Amino acid sequence: MDFIDYYKILEIEKTASEPDIKKAYRRLARKLHPDLNPNDDAAKRKFQQINEANEVLSDPEKRKKYDKYGKDWKHADQFEQAGQQGTESKNYGGQQNYSSGFEGEDYSDFFESVFGRGAGGRSGSSNAKFRGQDFRSELKLELKDVYKDHQQTLNVNGKNIRLTIPAGVENGQTIKIGGHGAEGMNGGPKGDLYITFSIANHTTFKREGSSLYAQVDLDLYTAVLGGDVTVETFDGKVKLAIKPGTQSDVKVKLKGKGFPVYKKTNEFGDLIITWKVKVPTVLNEKEKELFEELAKLSKHGN
Amino acid sequence: METENLIPVQQIVTHHKIEISFINSLYDFGLIEITTIEETRYVLKEQMSEIEKMIRLHYELDINLEGVETISHLLKRVEIMQDEMTILKNRLLIYESE
Repeated sequence: MDFIDYYKILEIEKTASEPDIKKAYRRLARKLHPDLNPNDDAAKRKFQQINEANEVLSDPEKRKKYDKYGKDWKHADQFEQAGQQGTESKNYGGQQNYSSGFEGEDYSDFFESVFGRGAGGRSGSSNAKFRGQDFRSELKLELKDVYKDHQQTLNVNGKNIRLTIPAGVENGQTIKIGGHGAEGMNGGPKGDLYITFSIANHTTFKREGSSLYAQVDLDLYTAVLGGDVTVETFDGKVKLAIKPGTQSDVKVKLKGKGFPVYKKTNEFGDLIITWKVKVPTVLNEKEKELFEELAKLSKHGN
Repeated sequence: METENLIPVQQIVTHHKIEISFINSLYDFGLIEITTIEETRYVLKEQMSEIEKMIRLHYELDINLEGVETISHLLKRVEIMQDEMTILKNRLLIYESE
């Protein structure tokens, strides 16, 4: 746990007056408020920092304690006990910070070390929430998990929610589960749960929407003479006929062998296979002779 | 008419301790829809998170209504662009490590 320089966070001098602090905080809040920076975790973290800095610096008592013990925060409690014998007021409430409208407005460990847990003054805000807050969560899945409808139980704030995730959900896609956010106040509606999917792909296929792409090696002889090749698709193997004279980088489209189309039952995209003709790199004497013969024939032919 | 998915405007005003004129202005600016049933005005439940966001912008960040309107439009564009970016990032994965 590192010392947090609240003055630096609010970009002010240590001698800053109360109006200076208010002004600096307001300027940064307008820049970093999560409502103005959707899906920006870095801005959200900074917003929490400036809220915390404001919480301390705009409260004369807290600021005094921070200025006095800030760098020695680890020993602040011992100093307090030795020097004041518990005379300090524990009532730090009443400071009004901006709400972000999102979950996770935690204070840093540093803040809690200096001021104690629950010292934040945001409870009892004048802006009592009517509708419950929205929860946001990220769910990590594998690509193979979302090839079919996927059952998943999530634990959100101690409650288990059983979800059916439709096949074909996209990496980075966010879905809303209505009514699974925080409880509303005074009988108000619950907030919603937003789940963003992070889908890792450890298969040999590349995916774009419902299209799948794969590169398949083709030996020289089959490429030249044609033949049958068995290739892997996402749900099994298929046998494909290769035309004689198939070139490297030629693509074939296998209709309906791609990824499921999101929320369209039994509808699939295509699998696009790119042939990669492999030229032999090691030849035995006989093969070399035959290739030389071919080369001569080819020259005569031309 | 069913009011299950509706929230009375008066209830929002009371709970958030805001002026009713603010909600009226959001309606005048075309930022929210208001449904009137038997002389009671309601907003859709699904609009609440947007309305609460506008309340925060106005009352906490001191942004005037013109600013709230502009920000709302820009945030919608940001949302569309973020969706596009997700699609493009996923497309880019096809060409990576090729």
